[in-house]
Amino acid sequence: MTVDSSAARKPRRSAAGKAGTTGDKTGTTGTKSGTAGNTSGATGTKRTTRTTRAAAKKSTEPELVQLLTPEGKRVKNAEYDAYVAGITPEDLRGLYRDMVLTRRFDAEATALQRQGELGLWASLLGQEAAQIGSGRATREDDYVFPTYREHGVAWCRGVDPTNLLGMFRGVNNGGWDPNSNNFHLYTIVIGSQTLHATGYAMGIAKDGADSAVIAYFGDGASSQGDVAESFTFSAVYNAPVVFFCQNNQWAISEPTEKQSRVPLYQRAQGFGFPGVRVDGNDVLACLAVTRWALERARTGEGPTLVEAYTYRMGAHTTSDDPTRYRGDDERAAWEAKDPILRLRRYLEASNHADEGFFAELEAESEALGKRVREAVRAMPDPDHFAIFENAYADGHALVDEERAQFAAYQATFATGSESGFAAGEGGH
Amino acid sequence: MAEKMAMAKAINESLRRALETDPKVLVMGEDVGKLGGVFRVTDGLQKDFGESRVIDTPLAESGIVGTAIGLALRGYRPVVEIQFDGFVFPAYDQIVTQLAKMHARSLGKVKMPVVIRIPYGGGIGAVEHHSESPEALFAHVAGLKVVSPSNASDAYWMMQQAIQSDDPVIYFEPKRRYWDKAEVDVEAIPAPLHKAQVVREGTDLTLAAYGPMVKLCREVADAATEEGKSLEVVDLRSVSPLDFDTVQASVEKTRRLVVVHEAPVFFGSGAEIAARITERCFYHLEAPVLRVGGYHAPYPPARLEEEYLPDLDRVLDAVDRSLAY
Repeated sequence: MTVDSSAARKPRRSAAGKAGTTGDKTGTTGTKSGTAGNTSGATGTKRTTRTTRAAAKKSTEPELVQLLTPEGKRVKNAEYDAYVAGITPEDLRGLYRDMVLTRRFDAEATALQRQGELGLWASLLGQEAAQIGSGRATREDDYVFPTYREHGVAWCRGVDPTNLLGMFRGVNNGGWDPNSNNFHLYTIVIGSQTLHATGYAMGIAKDGADSAVIAYFGDGASSQGDVAESFTFSAVYNAPVVFFCQNNQWAISEPTEKQSRVPLYQRAQGFGFPGVRVDGNDVLACLAVTRWALERARTGEGPTLVEAYTYRMGAHTTSDDPTRYRGDDERAAWEAKDPILRLRRYLEASNHADEGFFAELEAESEALGKRVREAVRAMPDPDHFAIFENAYADGHALVDEERAQFAAYQATFATGSESGFAAGEGGH
Repeated sequence: MAEKMAMAKAINESLRRALETDPKVLVMGEDVGKLGGVFRVTDGLQKDFGESRVIDTPLAESGIVGTAIGLALRGYRPVVEIQFDGFVFPAYDQIVTQLAKMHARSLGKVKMPVVIRIPYGGGIGAVEHHSESPEALFAHVAGLKVVSPSNASDAYWMMQQAIQSDDPVIYFEPKRRYWDKAEVDVEAIPAPLHKAQVVREGTDLTLAAYGPMVKLCREVADAATEEGKSLEVVDLRSVSPLDFDTVQASVEKTRRLVVVHEAPVFFGSGAEIAARITERCFYHLEAPVLRVGGYHAPYPPARLEEEYLPDLDRVLDAVDRSLAY
């Protein structure tokens, strides 16, 4: 299950108990990624044996760390239970609230895109547990490097969700001060931010601080050179960074099989640090595993790769049409593993939440939707001169010159002059 | 405190001064530590400042620039070395999509004080990818600043200024001038980083160049003197921003301009200079602005580079053509 990099290195905290404790529970590496090239454990032979094939039939789940089953039953885990041992019913209700509100925000944004208020939206539907579980594991002084889909993590970091919408509405390319919440701006080029995260983590190590960094990316990004380079750099410099890969099964239309012949968490082994696969639809497991990985980072044990095995229930973005490349049955199978539903089942079964809580949350959810709608519609277009602002910190002669030309050209409209061309061109 | 030193040594001294002055300055790159860089520009720095300040990196250019961005976000001022010009392209994505745009993307909340040192240009008999001049590719990108010193003194001071800049600076080092010596006054008050300088006065024609071609243009001016022509030489020093005012003033005096660079002429920095100077000096010019540079061909094998690179005769030929109008 957990891939420990090397027995020859100094023993890590609880490294001995790690192998096998969680891994063998569900039998074999299951569906997609397990069939090809799995070189560890029972499925180490070239072809899947009859026994494991039979086991695979029983469970289509790949082996992963799970604390809450899809039915909402709490299952024991010798390795990771310790990381959620102190969790209270109130904490659990908090996680539930985070997921519900994040989903509501996401649904509102998708609707706003359909109404023409946003140019594009990248939905996180289905990935709430992966994001809230990992996001809530971070400490205030940790630093987060997201892709463009980490709305739930942003929520955990205290970034006002309406600030996330500016770039999708086209009024800015960011919209928040990354240093206010230690939540970096969304990065659109796939995988670039994993290197920024690694460099930032190298800086933390130089400073002698004990905070950590978490870098988010997807299964598609695992094919990018930058991600491989960030693994190399973080391992070589023992940087306190957690790589949190949300394997949502699809990189736009390309399935994980087009990215990798081995389960993604196993990539870490080749770089010399541990990788673990967690049930990405299990908020408790995501919280526990991320806490474990962040603790490793803080205590000088270096990077960890966490693969949150989850599913993007919606489209890649609102421009995408998943009906062209995947069937309804697949989504239905994953809906049965819905991250919100399973926590609700657990909360109800354990009497940790009553009807009043759910009703109150529904009302809060409605209010959030309304706030988001109103905020987007009230968002002002940027000033025309924003084109030139912040191109450089210290200024640039060409930018100054072109800004002046632009101002002269704009001024021809303000004065109602019809000789705009001459005035604009004469600005230098 | 003027001392005669080679350009490579001047950059080394400048990095040393920056490392001494500011604990946030880091030097990073392939082989920059124990080896001191393949050109020995970082020689001795790791020995004196340690492995956490002068960092030997894995062989991964995107990784070098990408982690430098992260270090800058954490408050450091990394000076990274790309070993050779043709090796910068694996890092081009990080430089163009991330480094250049981070300040604008963050609406000014984030600064990117990263210097990228690139030994560039030909004339040293190297193999493929070791002699290119990609400066126009960087100057075209808003958010980057691009400079290239032509002598040891500028190399020293422009490095100080590049490190102090809160913007990313691509610092092109003309590798064939690494061993040229000049007086470096480490207590001087240097010219601003992006100011061009008239390095030789003349009245008949202006030669504009930067980096490795400034020395050639001085030689051209010497040769032209023997033919009774008075050429002015402008060392641009900075490609982005480019000091058009200084070029304009010179052209208004001489009425003729030839731009010289090693990079291919097509879509190169000479084209930009020609266009803007034509706009600014249309009624002063006696001849069209001419360009001398590389051809629209891959940089040739070393045995052919003398044919490819601008030399004394090619520049003099352009001077004659300009004067013939």
